[in-house]
Amino acid sequence: MLQLDRLTLRQAAFRLTADWSARPGSRIAVMGPSGAGKSTLLAAIAGFLAPAAGRILWQGSDLSDVPPGARPVTILFQDQNLFPHLTVAQNLGLGLRPDLRLTPADHARIDEALARIGLAGLGPRRPAQLSGGQASRAALARALLRARPILLLDEPFAALGPALRGEMLDLVRTVADETGALVLMVTHDPRDALALGGDTAFVANGVVQAPVETRALLSDPPEDLQDYLGRT
Amino acid sequence: MASRARPLSLIAPALAALLLALVLAPLAAVGWRGAGMSLGPADWAAVRFSVTQALLSAAISTLLAIPVARALARRRFPGRSLLVTLMGAPFLLPAVVAVLGLLAVFGRSGLLNQALVAMGLPPISIYGLHGVVLAHVFLNLPLATRMILHGWLSIPSERIRLAQSLGFGPSETFRHLEWPMLREVLPGVALVILVICLTSFAVVLTLGGGPAATTIELAIYQAVRFEFDLGRAAGLAGVQLAVGVIAVLAAWTLTRPAGFGAGLDRGLPLSAPTGWRRWGDGMALTTSALFLALPLAAVLWRGLPGLTDLPASVLPAAARSVAVALASALLATTAALTLALAAARHGSPLMEGAATLPLATSGLVLGTGLFLLIQPFAPPMSLALPVTILVNTALSLPYLYRILLPEARALQADYGRLADSLALHGWSRLRWLVLPRLARPLGFGAGIAAALSMGDLGVIALFAGERQATLPLVVSQLTGAYRMEAAASAALILVTLSFVLFWACDAGGRRAAA
Repeated sequence: MLQLDRLTLRQAAFRLTADWSARPGSRIAVMGPSGAGKSTLLAAIAGFLAPAAGRILWQGSDLSDVPPGARPVTILFQDQNLFPHLTVAQNLGLGLRPDLRLTPADHARIDEALARIGLAGLGPRRPAQLSGGQASRAALARALLRARPILLLDEPFAALGPALRGEMLDLVRTVADETGALVLMVTHDPRDALALGGDTAFVANGVVQAPVETRALLSDPPEDLQDYLGRT
Repeated sequence: MASRARPLSLIAPALAALLLALVLAPLAAVGWRGAGMSLGPADWAAVRFSVTQALLSAAISTLLAIPVARALARRRFPGRSLLVTLMGAPFLLPAVVAVLGLLAVFGRSGLLNQALVAMGLPPISIYGLHGVVLAHVFLNLPLATRMILHGWLSIPSERIRLAQSLGFGPSETFRHLEWPMLREVLPGVALVILVICLTSFAVVLTLGGGPAATTIELAIYQAVRFEFDLGRAAGLAGVQLAVGVIAVLAAWTLTRPAGFGAGLDRGLPLSAPTGWRRWGDGMALTTSALFLALPLAAVLWRGLPGLTDLPASVLPAAARSVAVALASALLATTAALTLALAAARHGSPLMEGAATLPLATSGLVLGTGLFLLIQPFAPPMSLALPVTILVNTALSLPYLYRILLPEARALQADYGRLADSLALHGWSRLRWLVLPRLARPLGFGAGIAAALSMGDLGVIALFAGERQATLPLVVSQLTGAYRMEAAASAALILVTLSFVLFWACDAGGRRAAA
């Protein structure tokens, strides 16, 4: 269980609160206008921003003093998910061993993950030699290898076209199914939220509301969500 | 993993404290020994001369650099980028070599005086205030030119387009685009050169001297070396420090980054006016290129024949110099990287202070302090080379820190979170992220440190005997003994080694980054 226990986040004058919990394996779209604090919430869960008040707990234990790399979390950022000076295989290897002392078994797992995600044979390439979609796939392949129980997606597919984005969401579901991860995905597009399946947590006016089943939420949106979606 | 990150995060503050101690302990020794010293009239004359020559050098270098930088900014011609690159070289040129070259052109039997005598005119002397200023202009004109050129190229191209569409002529362009830029850039340029010239030693040792042309640095050297008056040396070092602190504080508030190393070819060129301005620009470029190239050509000319018949002292001194240069480059680069990485993570006045304080001191101030500290325990001469390594490390640290800090900040901004989220800490982070990403600036910085240390004549003059002499000291001694051919040969070896060290480090960094 991921618990946001009376959580308050502060960045200069900006303030964001959340007080809800989510079961392992759930899929939650974090939706809201830009500047609402979607990325701030993910940064706090990933360990880049200490709570001003309240706690973040995973399976009952407080994550406050746990550094980012030791949290049960994999995060995909908007960009810069791969180190440009390392090969794709090395980038994936960092997900297994940060010191890159990889065993033959590790290499086999890397190749397997690459094949699983549709990048078979591209291990020796540098990120600059990949397309945008391939780079996203590589980052997802690393998430697959790390297999942490929480997967945070901070709009990593924002720069991709609609068709590619659809493919990536399929892959996210594949990775989540295989690792059993709880997915929190930032988006401002209700179609992405629907494609992810599961719930949506709406962020507005400094509050991350508790996740509600996406289909139900969108068919009967509360007033502030209606404002965001635009009245029809 | 949290516990693994913690001891590492203590390294940077500990290092900063150590560096501060390295600078502050000698200063404390100077203060303790020099307290209550009353300086005589000769000492105050040295203070006045130091400030006068530094002010003149800074003003003249800066003013002369303006037309050169403007010509480089608005003209395109074959060899322009080579000229801009060469303008970066004198920063690394050992001062003793520059002095030797200037003596060959402007000295007693130099080219200029030969020409004057041939025309029946009286010869001029290079010794004294004007000689010191001449050498400082020679060494700093290129630096000033590059800094001002940087200012010119930072005028936004939108504004240049606007000026062109409004039909601005050269005088309107100057008034509305160039003068506002110059007003912002020039004070910083002049102050940087002022700080450099205040602590100049090698130039004054050869071209100055006597009661009328002694700087504080030279007075410290004479007090330690010839009068064995450590109290007086300490008093002078205290004054030098005070002057240095004032100048650095002034420069700190007014200076923008110098931008060495950046490619200075970007941007939209200003329109190049024709007519007499074209000739003016040509004159500025030709004169400055000749002024910079002739003395170096003279060293080459004089030094080449003697290479086969070097004084016995040259080769061992060269070996010592290379060892000192490599050791201090390694130490300074490691220290600067540690401080810059820590400062990039969370800005810290401790790191900033440790990396900047050495600017306010000088080789001879630190040297005097270390001399006082060592003397009760061991003969200072026996520690000449380790002390030189330490002092050179401290003195090149501010430059390296300035080179590495923006790169470390960019690295942290681009990949800090990704590395943290992957638990890339300690040695792994260094091996797989920092060294590959920063290889280029690290190589460049190490090259600068090695070349500066290779060519430095300062603290070694205070400590060394026959068997500890470095190559710059040997060059200076040969020059002082008027053995000009041998001095030129040794200088040739010195300047070659300096640039080879710089090139090797810089190219190594670029190759590692590729």
